[in-house]
Amino acid sequence: MRAMVYRGPYKIRVEDKDVPRIEHPNDAIVRVTLAAICGSDLHLYHGMMPDTRIGHTFGHEFIGVVDQVGPSVQNLSVGDRVMVPFNVYCGSCFFCARGLYSNCHNVNPNATAVGGIYGYSHTTGGYDGGQAEYVRVPFADVGPQRIPEWMDDEDAVLLTDALSTGYFGAQLGDIHEGDVVVVLGAGPVGLFAARSAWLMGAGRVIVVDHLDYRLEKARTFAYAETVNFAEHDDLIVLLKKMTDHLGADVVIDAVGAEADGNLMQHVTSAKLKLQGGSPVALNWAIDSVRKGGTVSVMGAYGPLFSAVKFGDAMNKGLTLRMNQAPVKRQWPRLFEHIRNGYLKPSDIVTHRIPLEHIAEGYHMFSAKLDGCIKTLVVPDAA
Amino acid sequence: MAYTSEKPPLPESIDQLRARIPGWGADLDPADRPSVPRERLDLDTGAHWDFPDRQPELVPRERSIEHAFLTPVFGTAQPLRGLPGVVRAHAYERYSEARAAHWLLLVLADRLDAIEHHATSLLTPRPDNPITQTGVLSEVRRHGLSSRTEGHRADRVHQPLDPVLVGGPWLLAAAGGVVAAALVGRAVRALRS
Repeated sequence: MRAMVYRGPYKIRVEDKDVPRIEHPNDAIVRVTLAAICGSDLHLYHGMMPDTRIGHTFGHEFIGVVDQVGPSVQNLSVGDRVMVPFNVYCGSCFFCARGLYSNCHNVNPNATAVGGIYGYSHTTGGYDGGQAEYVRVPFADVGPQRIPEWMDDEDAVLLTDALSTGYFGAQLGDIHEGDVVVVLGAGPVGLFAARSAWLMGAGRVIVVDHLDYRLEKARTFAYAETVNFAEHDDLIVLLKKMTDHLGADVVIDAVGAEADGNLMQHVTSAKLKLQGGSPVALNWAIDSVRKGGTVSVMGAYGPLFSAVKFGDAMNKGLTLRMNQAPVKRQWPRLFEHIRNGYLKPSDIVTHRIPLEHIAEGYHMFSAKLDGCIKTLVVPDAA
Repeated sequence: MAYTSEKPPLPESIDQLRARIPGWGADLDPADRPSVPRERLDLDTGAHWDFPDRQPELVPRERSIEHAFLTPVFGTAQPLRGLPGVVRAHAYERYSEARAAHWLLLVLADRLDAIEHHATSLLTPRPDNPITQTGVLSEVRRHGLSSRTEGHRADRVHQPLDPVLVGGPWLLAAAGGVVAAALVGRAVRALRS
């Protein structure tokens, strides 16, 4: 089969690889029909995630058709059209039993601090991902779900991570009616978090980024006020002025490890890999939220330390909430919202590229060229 | 203005928001959201086991020493091999996830892995190609210059670092090769004379 493979920082190519095989009785092999490049894939691509091995296939956002099933699989059949959450999880451990699917204890031998994720290095379990023609899907009776007949493929693939993560991030903000919500980052997760904040009754949503084309999308797709932080000397003073000098009730970090806005923080983390991630957005969240407010962290960071302004978080009495999204818990409600016309996830898709061109897709996304917000990848066998 | 107990007024009323934003307030009740409460025991996950069957360990599989045992299911992509594999195995066997040494050794192994594969690719029919693999041709096809120059992008200041990070090691390796070849040549000439 053809698959994207990592060849070192900033370098990928498409190679022939063996079709994955059933390795556990509850495995399925899925023929990928549509995948996506996630902003967090860029952390791998830039060499920021420890134990990203040469030859690894990225991709944790994908849908496809069941090609093979293991002998204990009961809920899926060959030929089923399925969407697969980015979480690999068993459904039965202490954490899964409590709904913390992203924190599964039975699927990632490499680390206890994070669960299993498709195509996201050995630090999340060493599973090849879905930017390929075929992918191994463990626990086929737990994670994958048949795609409803009425749902578009592009909406389905965005439910496997980006939309579910943005919606989950808004929930972690514990938004109440009339709250002022600031969303840092106008990428896919930020756009979805901003849109979700309205569903939860926000009274005002302000999206911050430095890319004008993304802020335009925040205005038209997420109905948000926008701020380009690169146009202002001090973002925090501006946000304080915009919020009557109290600060926002809720701030959502939808940026993560490669945040811009402070050259030293960005270069020491994203370029020199001396920090687990650039904490610019996290520090801005701590600085711009009101005392007693809530910071929701959806941005992904590496496992190494970062220079976070923790003292201010303590002094302000903040609630800091975060996790990788337990995707499948979000789906029934999100299906309703899509069906009701409240959300149209595929409106954020800007590019659709064949798998063979994925190296250019990564560069375009990484360098933010051509108005790129969300890129979908179509495998040859789709 | 003064700092009082009042919540500052919103620019739009709730009725205006409801009219303007599709689905505004559909999840208004904080108790009726899919991830509330955070932990709940009444979810049907689809699992029909108390503990999953164990996936066969066909080759020795590294694991965090914070785990009691090898997890019943694990990824089998890119097993440990070569010098990077030795470094990775040491990181897993010796240091917990709490130790910086664990992660720094894994990052070191990643760089060794890349160097080893770049070098060995030169001996294969398909050597690494920095032009196609970096996707840099999309600079032409995807409006690189105009994309980078319009607006107030904050990343413009560090964009020149990327070519250095990507191309620097190749140039250093090439320079090292030239120097090594010159030294070998000089040694050979010295031996002959």
